[in-house]
Amino acid sequence: MTVISPETASASRTAGIPALLKTAFVNALIALVLFSLMVGIRTEAGSDGQLTYWTRFGEVAALVAAVFGGSIVIELLRQWIGPAGTEKLIPPAVQTGMSLVGRYLAPALLVFTLLVPVIFYDQRYILDLAILVLTYVMLGWGLNVVVGLAGLLDLGYVAFYAVGAYSYALLATNFGWSFWVCLPLAGILAAFWGVLLGFPVLRLRGDYLAIVTLAFGEIIRLVIINWQELTGGPNGVSGIPRPSFFGIPLDNSDDGLAALLHIEYSTTHRIVFLFYLILALALLTNWVTIRLRRLPIGRAWEALREDEVACRALGINTTTTKLTAFATGAMFGGFAGAFFATRQGFISPESFTFQESALVLAIVVLGGMGSQLGVALAALAMIGGFELFRSLETYRMLVFGMAMVLIMIWRPRGLIGHRAPTVYLTKAQAISSDLVKEGHG
Amino acid sequence: MDYFAQQLINGLVLGSIYGLIAIGYTMVYGIVGMINFAHGDVFMIGGFIALITFLLLISTGLTAIPVILLVVLLVSMAITALYGWTIERIAYRPLRHSFRLAPMLSAIGMSFVLTNYSQVAQGARVKPIPPVITGGYTLHESADGFVIQLSNIQIIVVITTIVLLAIFTWLVSRTRLGRDMRACEQDQTMAALLGVDVDRTISMTFVIGAALAAVAGLMYLLYYGLVDFFMGFVAGIKAFTAAVLGGIGSLPGAMLGGLAIGLIETFWSAYFSVEYKDVAAFSILIVVLIFMPTGLLGRPEVEKV
Amino acid sequence: MSGETILSVDRLTMRFGGIVAVQDLSFAAERKRITALIGPNGAGKTTVFNCITGFYKPSGGSIRLTHDDGRTIALERLNDFRIAKQAKVARTFQNIRLFPGMTALENLMVAQHNALMRASGLTFLGLIGAPGYRDAEKRAIDLATDWLRRVNLLDRADDAAGNFAYGDQRRLEIARAMCTEPALLCLDEPAAGLNARESAALSELLLSIRNELGTSILLIEHDMSVVMEISDHIVVMDHGVKIAEGSPRAVRDDPKVIAAYLGTDEDEAVAVMESGS
Repeated sequence: MTVISPETASASRTAGIPALLKTAFVNALIALVLFSLMVGIRTEAGSDGQLTYWTRFGEVAALVAAVFGGSIVIELLRQWIGPAGTEKLIPPAVQTGMSLVGRYLAPALLVFTLLVPVIFYDQRYILDLAILVLTYVMLGWGLNVVVGLAGLLDLGYVAFYAVGAYSYALLATNFGWSFWVCLPLAGILAAFWGVLLGFPVLRLRGDYLAIVTLAFGEIIRLVIINWQELTGGPNGVSGIPRPSFFGIPLDNSDDGLAALLHIEYSTTHRIVFLFYLILALALLTNWVTIRLRRLPIGRAWEALREDEVACRALGINTTTTKLTAFATGAMFGGFAGAFFATRQGFISPESFTFQESALVLAIVVLGGMGSQLGVALAALAMIGGFELFRSLETYRMLVFGMAMVLIMIWRPRGLIGHRAPTVYLTKAQAISSDLVKEGHG
Repeated sequence: MDYFAQQLINGLVLGSIYGLIAIGYTMVYGIVGMINFAHGDVFMIGGFIALITFLLLISTGLTAIPVILLVVLLVSMAITALYGWTIERIAYRPLRHSFRLAPMLSAIGMSFVLTNYSQVAQGARVKPIPPVITGGYTLHESADGFVIQLSNIQIIVVITTIVLLAIFTWLVSRTRLGRDMRACEQDQTMAALLGVDVDRTISMTFVIGAALAAVAGLMYLLYYGLVDFFMGFVAGIKAFTAAVLGGIGSLPGAMLGGLAIGLIETFWSAYFSVEYKDVAAFSILIVVLIFMPTGLLGRPEVEKV
Repeated sequence: MSGETILSVDRLTMRFGGIVAVQDLSFAAERKRITALIGPNGAGKTTVFNCITGFYKPSGGSIRLTHDDGRTIALERLNDFRIAKQAKVARTFQNIRLFPGMTALENLMVAQHNALMRASGLTFLGLIGAPGYRDAEKRAIDLATDWLRRVNLLDRADDAAGNFAYGDQRRLEIARAMCTEPALLCLDEPAAGLNARESAALSELLLSIRNELGTSILLIEHDMSVVMEISDHIVVMDHGVKIAEGSPRAVRDDPKVIAAYLGTDEDEAVAVMESGS
């Protein structure tokens, strides 16, 4: 409970220990009131439906003590580090150093990623985790087109992920179409839904757009839950075919890939194949996005984020520009969804909740809007961090939420705080994110 | 016709609860321009605190229901208000002049924190209470035996909402605090120059919004007889939808939007299908925004060129 | 008025609710000439601009733009981006609207969006790196470079526009508008906030745009030294109506104009003039 504004913090710096203790005491008092009932009294419905309760004053005392101690520690740290805001004033030398690291970080990361299945061949857990991270990298890159480049706030991105997943699942289970036919279809269908949503709502601005995209995400999820004849409702779709290596199944059969190559069959083959599949899809997303940024459409997206009125004055059709951004982002979401379906073999509406949208948005914002490398790092940090806390069980989301708050306070503009120009005459100079707008859509 | 009247009553009651939550969204949006995603969870916390207080009072052997309800109301309003205040201090104030998305992400994070805090502290199971307020009036009985009921709890919900709205309108339009709030809404820098304590005013906005959400939480508890840790999400999204539908930033709009969402949901459930009631509410939001891009009572956004 | 008309505004009226911002305004701008729209604050000049450039839909009247080839376009029927795209009317803004997070060069590239969009085959050809697009992009960069040179910002081509000094931003905005290759350039107070030296440079730039490229210019300006020096024709507005029109000299000596600026009535203005001369 560090409920101290910078003003009081500076006051307490001069006032010294008594003020420090007073702040800590007030914070502890607040914590006592907050936790008294919520933590101090534990309610539970008994077997007969009657509510019972028992007290947990020890836990309250521990929490209050923690707040008291924590306040002192944080206050001391604040005095030691200096006034709030210093952390933003990173010296330019460090910044250029960081961008130098950034230049080599991306290729190094890519090489490492390519080698992951080689290094961790025997470690199924790591491979699975890597596939998960790459899925979110791809989702992050896809949403980055909408939020980071075009500056349109989309809180319902998971809808397109769901459309892609269900498109593949239903086409494959009902018609037996192969993954490689369904993948583009899933992307196209998701893009189609993106346009369908975008067309009426893109003249909305700011938070109105946010709530409509959120509502759209919920509508898609609710329809999936309730349209049981088509989607299986809450039970989901199971028995989704696994992808083949361009027609050659990756199984134990006589015409499987292992048999053809005369090597011993192992289930890891499929995992490795899935790993490279999602890596290829993610890199495709990245490559297309980087290309698009250097094309007129991509520049128009960024210009739209900077100033929509000026765009119109320059003859740019803002509606179609927004729609293309929406459709492009949705398409990548659809690809990722199809991959998700084929990897899991089973999908249900539970995988497509608002929390997923929030997670992907958090990845984009934490990455530093518009930065491809930043998004990849953020996905790694978020999903990896999330896995680290798996042992915490129910506390996991609690920690995750707190981390989101703290990260935003620490770096509101994300990890990579600058924008690279798309074209230059003599020298490409990174543009500080303080100048870059974030759109009003 | 009788069926219609009964649904109208049900819809208005549900709408009142949504409206009370929606006011919190709209107030915060009006003054700091951010979507307080954690507000739905503040409502949930309010419901839990009401439940716990209620349980404690019952166990002391107190039997006077009006006294119990009054104490529960005051305690849950006070503690939930402190939650609102603390959330603003921790998660939003450091980001006040930051980029637009940062406070929103912080709010989403805060929402996760509250949901799971409640899950950890009170368990994941639904917490039911026995009906506290029973009885009601039969307004009309038709020849085929259909009865229009107006239960006491419905009367209490509607009356409480009206009384709170009256107090709240008075607060915003007649008091010093209300004037400060409106000043901050217009221009925070100018308000600060004219001696308005902006920090305090914003804090108070969160406190009032949370207190109203606590009332909504209590009403929900009494009306449905249960609370659970996840109820904040759905109710929050609905209430936010209501605020946007009414025109975010507009207080009468929030109430109107709340009633509209409550009625849409109830009528859709009654005449079409229960499963698609939320789809109906969200679809109508989208349709309304297409034709009225700033909601029913929102001020049209003038594009300054 | 002699010569060929590029823009003719006829009985233009713009109402906001009950307020009449512009009433029955008629004037014409000639091709390859600089026409200035002047008047005291609140006279309705920017409203006229917003009607011409499609940001407002006029309540009444017509705005006609005649191109070189004789094609006439009714601007009041086109909305926002089509005026810039099809009618070739470019504009700048009173409170500069650059893309601050993009470099000067990028700003000028965005201005060539429509041409580049066609060349990139609606993105698809560009995505696969078709040579036709690469040539078009090279030409676009050349045009942008040329304009950066003209406005004396070539050495800052790769700097973020948001980092530019005020006067540089004004010139960059004009360069950006010119990169759309407009038939009519509308400038909203281009000299606002500039010092005397910068104003002089601006006058020179605008004259060169008129003389060398033959672009017609319509401008709103308060800086009378700029207006009197470069304008070929001046339209004076006050309270939403036209109160005078003519050559710089004629307008300068018009008592009605002086009255409007001094906020006095006409007789007093005449007295002021006579006592002064």
